[in-house]
Amino acid sequence: MRPYFDTRSKPWLIWVGFALIGFALAVLPFALTQIGTTWVRITNYAILYILLALGLNIVVGFAGLLDLGYIAFYAVGAYVYALLASPQFGLHLPFWVILPIGAAVAALFGAMLGAPTLKLRGDYLAIVTLGFGEIIRIFLNNLSRPVNITNGPQGITGIDPFSLPGFRFDTPLKFYYLLLAIVLVVIVINLRLQNSRIGRAWEAIREDEIAARAMGINTRNLKLLAFAMGASFGGLAGGMFSAIQAFISPESFILVESIMVVSMVVLGGMGNIWGVILGAVLLSFIPEILRWTVTPLQEALFGRMVIEPEVIRMLLFGLALVLVMLFRPAGLLPSAVRKRELEERPI
Amino acid sequence: MDTFLQQLVNGLTAGSVYAVVALGYTMVYGIIQLINFAHGEVVMIGAMVAFTVINLLVPTGLPPLAIVLIGAGCAVPVCMLVGYGMERLAYRPLRHAPRLAPLITAIGVSIILQHLALMIWSRNILAFPQIIPSRTYFIGGAAITTVQIAILAICLGLMASLAILVYRTPLGTAMRATAQNAQVAGLMGIDVNRIIAVTFIIGAGLGAVAGVLFGTYYGLAQYTMGSVLGLKAFSAAVLGGIGNIPGAMLGGVLLGLVEALGAGYIGDFTDLCQWGLPLQACEGGGHFILFGSNYQDVFAFIVLILVLVFRPQGLLGERVGDRA
Repeated sequence: MRPYFDTRSKPWLIWVGFALIGFALAVLPFALTQIGTTWVRITNYAILYILLALGLNIVVGFAGLLDLGYIAFYAVGAYVYALLASPQFGLHLPFWVILPIGAAVAALFGAMLGAPTLKLRGDYLAIVTLGFGEIIRIFLNNLSRPVNITNGPQGITGIDPFSLPGFRFDTPLKFYYLLLAIVLVVIVINLRLQNSRIGRAWEAIREDEIAARAMGINTRNLKLLAFAMGASFGGLAGGMFSAIQAFISPESFILVESIMVVSMVVLGGMGNIWGVILGAVLLSFIPEILRWTVTPLQEALFGRMVIEPEVIRMLLFGLALVLVMLFRPAGLLPSAVRKRELEERPI
Repeated sequence: MDTFLQQLVNGLTAGSVYAVVALGYTMVYGIIQLINFAHGEVVMIGAMVAFTVINLLVPTGLPPLAIVLIGAGCAVPVCMLVGYGMERLAYRPLRHAPRLAPLITAIGVSIILQHLALMIWSRNILAFPQIIPSRTYFIGGAAITTVQIAILAICLGLMASLAILVYRTPLGTAMRATAQNAQVAGLMGIDVNRIIAVTFIIGAGLGAVAGVLFGTYYGLAQYTMGSVLGLKAFSAAVLGGIGNIPGAMLGGVLLGLVEALGAGYIGDFTDLCQWGLPLQACEGGGHFILFGSNYQDVFAFIVLILVLVFRPQGLLGERVGDRA
């Protein structure tokens, strides 16, 4: 039987598909507003997590370097934006100037983290990156003395929203379209990157570093590039986070956040862009759905809240990481190569 | 000079606790090359269980020392059970999987344990009851409390008994054989699975004691205490050479010293006024301190990164091959 949606015989159908998805994404916020305006905001955060997960996927999924301190780059991007567009230093640069700066600074930090850790084996690397994330957070917390840069644990308030001449992105709805546009661009970049020379070189490094080097791949530069590119996406997302929240503090960049992004990548399927997006969407909406269902449910059953939704969320994350690794090590939507690699079991 | 001696005492005390925790990391790593990410949480659970038991027993009017001992005595088996449980459920099925897989389950286990602890003991910082009357002695200008002496003695005792266990008993021989080559050890009639489980159990037991000591020393416990403590102990294990038991002891003590001395002197050292810079803040004996002792937690990570860059095998470790 011929498939109903046969793009091979009718190539124009693929454009119909794109149009349908585009239409769905365009009207999504209006549908969400029917449930409640907060859901648009939640969707915006979900898109930010997609950006983060895609960035981490470059490091973890493409190049196979487990980074447990990824949120540090998000923090760098967020703080760069906050410092250049808030009353903290009285600077109010436009967003299209700051976002590239933030991404570049984050990339620099990525290279800084990458340089000393290039020779490390995977598990050591994971711990060092974790330590790096903590170092950044400790600095953000303490760089309020002797010169007040980050304002310490109080964080920075009054951050400007994005604005163009005569137009301000000041509602969740406006942000949604901006974020959507950016995430689509980032997805296209990622898809192109994966099949590029660089992407294939990363894959070779991930599979077997020594063999990759023997094939003439400059492993040092490419690993640095993976760190820097992954970090720059994190920095970009951080800048937008800053603008959406209008307030940031070191509290937003704790270890748990790094682990959450890692969970998204792992759960969705390391190395597969669509899998990673699925992971990010699932893990950003499930906690919200839990928040709306668990509390009333517990109150109905026990008359009070026994377990906070936040705790259930974290327990589910932990459980998801363990169960995915045990039963579906390549993730929900595995990438073909990764699947093969994770399922072979050398003795 | 007084600061130096004082920080030396503090550093030795904290360092010996790190050393005991580091042993848990290094034993497990030595035997199955896994960074047991959740080891820090085991330490936390040890502290929490002891906290609960001690609080329950305080009204009974038992002698304080007995209460603390019973507290530790309850924490150790609980932690051993946790350690065995995670080995059996989360690590054993992945023993032949690629390296990243068990590391990720380890992170998962760590999150689960942390939040179970949150559910049981709440998210508050719990004040450890200070029931043992602490006396302070002065040695050459440095104060040392009875608690510190006890911690040093207990840690030394634990390390010595572990060394005897590993190097002088049949069980220890079996553990070392498994670490060297699990397959050949199996052919020699060693039940490899049992030995690995025992390693986890011993490591967890040491972790439990360390948790109790840590709680008594700093007087507090919280569900998040495991992650930073675990990271520091891991750094200590790497510093000494991961997989190497004497290395973990040395690394722990050294890390404690670096941290204490670093925290004690970084403020003076980064005081720009001391360097004679003509700053406004310096007038009239003021200070312009770039980095104060609040950066204490950074030292462990910096040590970790430096060691991994310049001597990845650690101080006492042997050179390990790249990803084989």
